[in-house]
Amino acid sequence: MSHLLEVKNLRIELTTRDGVAPVIDDLSFTLNPGETLSFVGESGCGKSMTALALMGLLPEKVGRVAAGNIIFNGEDLSQASDQRLRAIRGNDISMIFQEPMTSLNPVFTIGEQIAEVLRAHQGLSRRTAWAQAIELLDAVRIPNAKDRVSDYPFQMSGGQRQRAMIAMALACQPKILIADEPTTALDVTVQAQIFDLLTDLRNQTGAAIILITHDMGAVAEMAERMIVMYAGRKAELGPVDQIIEHPRHPYTKGLIECVPHIQSNPSIERHDLVEVPGIVPSLREFGKDQCLFASRCAYLTEACLTSRPDEKHFANGQSADCWHAEAI
Amino acid sequence: MSDLLKVENLSVRFEVKRGGGWNKKCYLYAVDDVSFTVKKGETLAIVGESGSGKTTAALAVARLVKAHSGTVALAGENILQKEAEDLRQTRQKVQFIFQDPYSSLNPRKRAEAIVREPLDSLSQKTEVEKAKIVDELFEAVGLRPEQQRLFPHQFSGGQRQRIGIARALATQPELIICDEPVSALDVAVQAQILNLLRKLQKNFGLTYLFISHDLGVVQHMSDSIAVMYMGRVVEHADRLSLFQTPRHPYTQALLSAVPTVDRAKRAQQKRILIPGDPPDPVNLPLGCRFANRCPVAEAICQTVEPELKSDANGHRTACHLI
Repeated sequence: MSHLLEVKNLRIELTTRDGVAPVIDDLSFTLNPGETLSFVGESGCGKSMTALALMGLLPEKVGRVAAGNIIFNGEDLSQASDQRLRAIRGNDISMIFQEPMTSLNPVFTIGEQIAEVLRAHQGLSRRTAWAQAIELLDAVRIPNAKDRVSDYPFQMSGGQRQRAMIAMALACQPKILIADEPTTALDVTVQAQIFDLLTDLRNQTGAAIILITHDMGAVAEMAERMIVMYAGRKAELGPVDQIIEHPRHPYTKGLIECVPHIQSNPSIERHDLVEVPGIVPSLREFGKDQCLFASRCAYLTEACLTSRPDEKHFANGQSADCWHAEAI
Repeated sequence: MSDLLKVENLSVRFEVKRGGGWNKKCYLYAVDDVSFTVKKGETLAIVGESGSGKTTAALAVARLVKAHSGTVALAGENILQKEAEDLRQTRQKVQFIFQDPYSSLNPRKRAEAIVREPLDSLSQKTEVEKAKIVDELFEAVGLRPEQQRLFPHQFSGGQRQRIGIARALATQPELIICDEPVSALDVAVQAQILNLLRKLQKNFGLTYLFISHDLGVVQHMSDSIAVMYMGRVVEHADRLSLFQTPRHPYTQALLSAVPTVDRAKRAQQKRILIPGDPPDPVNLPLGCRFANRCPVAEAICQTVEPELKSDANGHRTACHLI
């Protein structure tokens, strides 16, 4: 099967005051049609940078693709012109953002904003675009879509705004939908509604979803495969259930164990949570020829400090970049 | 054990501007007739979604917003009546840990001065005594002595929250209100802070009022839980009964909505989706506030507001169908 998206040895550099830092360092992965792939990690690990790179939205003059390829449907997006990227964005690859309030334009109605996408990419007339905006709002389960289509963003609740964002992202039936922490700003019951909606829409349209999150629970509910990112590098990749069952990278293990997961039958005794000591290294440390997780790792040995770990492969496409992966 | 905090019929209302004449007053009851108690040395968690009134209730207990009616008794004394010097004494006993460690520390003060501030303004200790207390606090929350001279921006988020915790401990309070103490932190750092809070509770016999929307964190931290919805407590029970036998349809939906890595739970439990949004808090419906989203609502729910009723084991639920 040919992949919908293939990222090969991607390296993205950001120019900072302290010099050039590789915020994405040698990242390779594939995405198949209809699949949900999740990126997990703490803030500052390069999850959102990956998304921005796929969209061709790296911060201008500061960030650039230094090496590698982003091959979408046989076309290398890292070489594509701005004009070509503009045609792809919102059409073939679209994105929903974390903050539904700040990513909608406050001075246009929801309907106008959805219709704009359709008119720009599909050349629809004002009237047909508007009619389709209503259909889309209906599809994302906004009650009374016919009236709500002329609401401004401030007139909607957080959950409704996020639905409107999803409607906009799905307007042109994209092949890839990138969801960057789509529910972080929302309550859990609303989060459940949004996840439910995304899963249904994926099953209907066959779009692939890239879900960026820090919540292992969300990954387990939504995705088939996941990539754990740490300090701009891939720590672990593989099928979600398999990784949760048996993580091979100490960072993945830490991420799963440090969260107090809710249990339907809690014990009276409570143990301390497993801590991952320390914090993500600063950008200055990125790109060093060593394991960047070493300073926080319980499995630390000499090898971790002197060379960057190789990728170790396991069953079903699971791989972990750790010198001790087999022992974990 | 005895009740340290007893909140009875607490209401907090805010005046809001709505159309319909410039002198027409509308009130939003952010907290509406709420009662709960916290035993000494234990943790009561208040959970709920945004707008449920959990933070406002906590602020009212700390006298940081004005309560409209009701009583808040700390060790038997109603602290809502206290003024001036009396209130200052009370403030030493009730301290607050805030959600956002980035905005709750004064960026122009050194860590040591931030932690010392409650002592400066509330206690009559000498400079030497204060310096000694600050030293002890830094050690208790796991910061190094030389970090006392640093400014907030020189710390990571987790370390900043440690400073916030040290500040809350400074006056040796009896009650500490933790308002979403870890929700602004990265997951790996959350565990560090939660473990610290539990350790401090054990060592100093602290009582926590713990506000959170994260049910996993609540399950780990609390001894009893009050679930709030639209300004009301809809269910209140000890930790085991609430998580094993949640009774209110809202609590059930809330628990089922939490994404989990526990595969056994995912398989056995069907997610209860509650459609729609909460009602307008200014024009509340006549009956149960959850009725418009409730999967099991009946006719009575639309017209009569249910009361919070207790069963034999003290599991309180506000629902007609229980």
